[in-house]
Amino acid sequence: MKKETSTTTDAELLPSAVPFWRDPEKRAIIFQIVALLLVACVSYYLFTNTQANLDRQSIATGFGFLDKEAGFEIGESVIDYSAADTYAKALLVGALNTVKVSFIGIVLTIILGTFIGISRLSTNWLVAKLAGGYIELMQNIPVLLQLFFWYAIFYESFPSPRQALNPFTGVFLCNRGLIFAVPAANPAYAGMGWAFLAALAIGWGLNRWGRQRQARTGQIFPAVRVTIALVIVLPLLVWLGYGAPTAMNMPELQGFNFKGGLTVTPEFSALLLGLVFYTAAFVAEIVRAGIQSVGRGQVEAAMSIGLYPGQVLHLVILPQALRVIIPPMTSQMLNLTKNSSLAIAIGFADFVAVTNTTINQTGQAIEGVALIMLIYLFFSLSTSLFMNWYNKKMALVER
Amino acid sequence: MSAPATTPTREYLKPPVTEVGVIGWLHANLFNSWFNSILTIVMLLVLWQLVPPFFSWAFIDSVWNSPAEACRDIDGACWSVIPQNISFIVFGFFPDGQQWRPGIAMLLLIALVIYSKDRKHWKKSLGVYWLVGLIVMGTLMYGGVFGMPVVETDQWSGLPLTFMLALFGMVAAYPLGVMLALGRRSKMPAIKTLCVIYIEMIRGVPLISLLFMSSVMFPLFLPEGVTIDKVLRAQVAIIMFTAAYIAEVVRGGLQAMPRGQFEAADSLGLNYNQTMRLIILPQALKIVIPPSLGILLSAFKDTSLVVIIALYDVLKTTKVTLSNPKWTGYSTEAYIALAIFYFICCYAMSSYSRKLEKALHTGR
Repeated sequence: MKKETSTTTDAELLPSAVPFWRDPEKRAIIFQIVALLLVACVSYYLFTNTQANLDRQSIATGFGFLDKEAGFEIGESVIDYSAADTYAKALLVGALNTVKVSFIGIVLTIILGTFIGISRLSTNWLVAKLAGGYIELMQNIPVLLQLFFWYAIFYESFPSPRQALNPFTGVFLCNRGLIFAVPAANPAYAGMGWAFLAALAIGWGLNRWGRQRQARTGQIFPAVRVTIALVIVLPLLVWLGYGAPTAMNMPELQGFNFKGGLTVTPEFSALLLGLVFYTAAFVAEIVRAGIQSVGRGQVEAAMSIGLYPGQVLHLVILPQALRVIIPPMTSQMLNLTKNSSLAIAIGFADFVAVTNTTINQTGQAIEGVALIMLIYLFFSLSTSLFMNWYNKKMALVER
Repeated sequence: MSAPATTPTREYLKPPVTEVGVIGWLHANLFNSWFNSILTIVMLLVLWQLVPPFFSWAFIDSVWNSPAEACRDIDGACWSVIPQNISFIVFGFFPDGQQWRPGIAMLLLIALVIYSKDRKHWKKSLGVYWLVGLIVMGTLMYGGVFGMPVVETDQWSGLPLTFMLALFGMVAAYPLGVMLALGRRSKMPAIKTLCVIYIEMIRGVPLISLLFMSSVMFPLFLPEGVTIDKVLRAQVAIIMFTAAYIAEVVRGGLQAMPRGQFEAADSLGLNYNQTMRLIILPQALKIVIPPSLGILLSAFKDTSLVVIIALYDVLKTTKVTLSNPKWTGYSTEAYIALAIFYFICCYAMSSYSRKLEKALHTGR
């Protein structure tokens, strides 16, 4: 007996010598099974509770309610909508409003934030301090309070439509929002839009061709200037071709409100102002950090090989600064999109606000909250996919 | 020998007046190029247009503590809206006569915060003080002992609610966040997946949707007859939300740990728990103190969102005050005052976090 055991090798002995709770691999499997079981149990418990509650309140689950008539009006909408439309369409209106405010907000935020970030680095003491003060002030006040503030300014400090401020002809400012004249509908404008797009496409092609030619022959083609000229000239030609229409759709006071023109509602303006001013402060800090991350030597080297200041910025500073800027910038853009859900607090009909109304009317709380989460996850994921692609394009190409 | 050889007779030129003193400073900082000169002048003109009218509105033509009627016939700011309603704005629906309780609780909190600011006090005893402090604050708020009548949580409102949501949000979210971060770094695929799904899902949706979930969806999850108070549900939503953000911050700290630390721990024969508890987490958490303060800061700002699910935090009590017909129309003043309050709190936190970052950055 004794002899036999001594002949068995260590390798054969080990597995049985270590009990399974001391074997890291087996333990890991057990941990995972326990964790999954736990999650499954909790989910099952919540699910059965929910089922019982829904049965008791006789709420039908599922997305059937989407086809029913919504029966509520929405203050402003990108597409045609009336109370007789379905919930699905109401939700679409809300989603489009979210996209609208986020998109305009992001564009304005990048412009304002970059401007303030550069001002923060100005050699002018006054400008730098003012930019710094702006950043501190805006970052340290909750965005919701800022929204309330701007909204209060709109509906308390501006006069009623009858006494509307009229700074320029065709522009009115009152507590119903900013109302301004727009060119009256004319087929020329559609043509101008197409001409604009065509000019951009041609410019893109020229830029590509110019770069290839520069690589081949060394001759520089002024693609940017030609594109700017094209973008201005082509639509202008179309406009002249249609006989230069100048008719305007002027807003006029009728009863208690304005008719005609384009109205930017106070809700939308307050939301946009609040989001842009708040997020721009964060963007400014990101831009500042990005510019400061480019070493002085880089700029000096670029200047010493004879590049113009514009070229130094375009070819040396920006490509390096953007690498630092883009990842945090992405999360700020996502923050802006997510913060646009605060619209509900000041009565702008964004997706969350419309969904909330839907929940209140139909009692479909689970579906409603799930829809909100899904749509924001969709926004988040698509934005981060795009920014990741852009980031990869801008990233350092290392050998 | 002649003396001049040793005594210098060189004449010292004084620097030009444009280089030193006030003029020198102005020249260097405001008028150092034609572009900057124009910029300075334009800026000064803009400030001249904005600052004096604001100053006279805010300080000269304003009233500070008068009844509402006195505000009707002045041009300036009516700051009276705050002092005249201060007890409602600060304490909300907390019963009259009992408001000293949240008052003392808040003073205690401020004292604890000030005590914790000094890094010399960062010892185990600090944790004990906080624990005791939190229990005392909770007892003061809830009552039920020492002859203090019970005040249900649905009456907690105003400033104490704001502080409570932020503070408990942070305190309870931190352990959860650390666990999520460890889970995300784990080698076990199932646990890692669960943690990644949780973190990314929470970070992908706005806080509002979680608050909605807590207010309209959560009651459906509970068995019949069980109800959880609205304030608590909002608190849970804030904790869940904050935990996901803390997890990402802590993960950053864990990733910054050099491999050598893990290997050294392994070679000492420490198991996973010991490695994390004794070697990795103490170092990783030290790195992430400043960004964690940043999260506390945003949690503090985000508590204002509970307005939307009709909890009475300090922003909501201000809004309720403004909806009183007597005080309607003074939103600008009330919101500016509230903004100053938030600014002071947040600025103190963010400047402390920056100072700490500098102090802790010992250079590796």
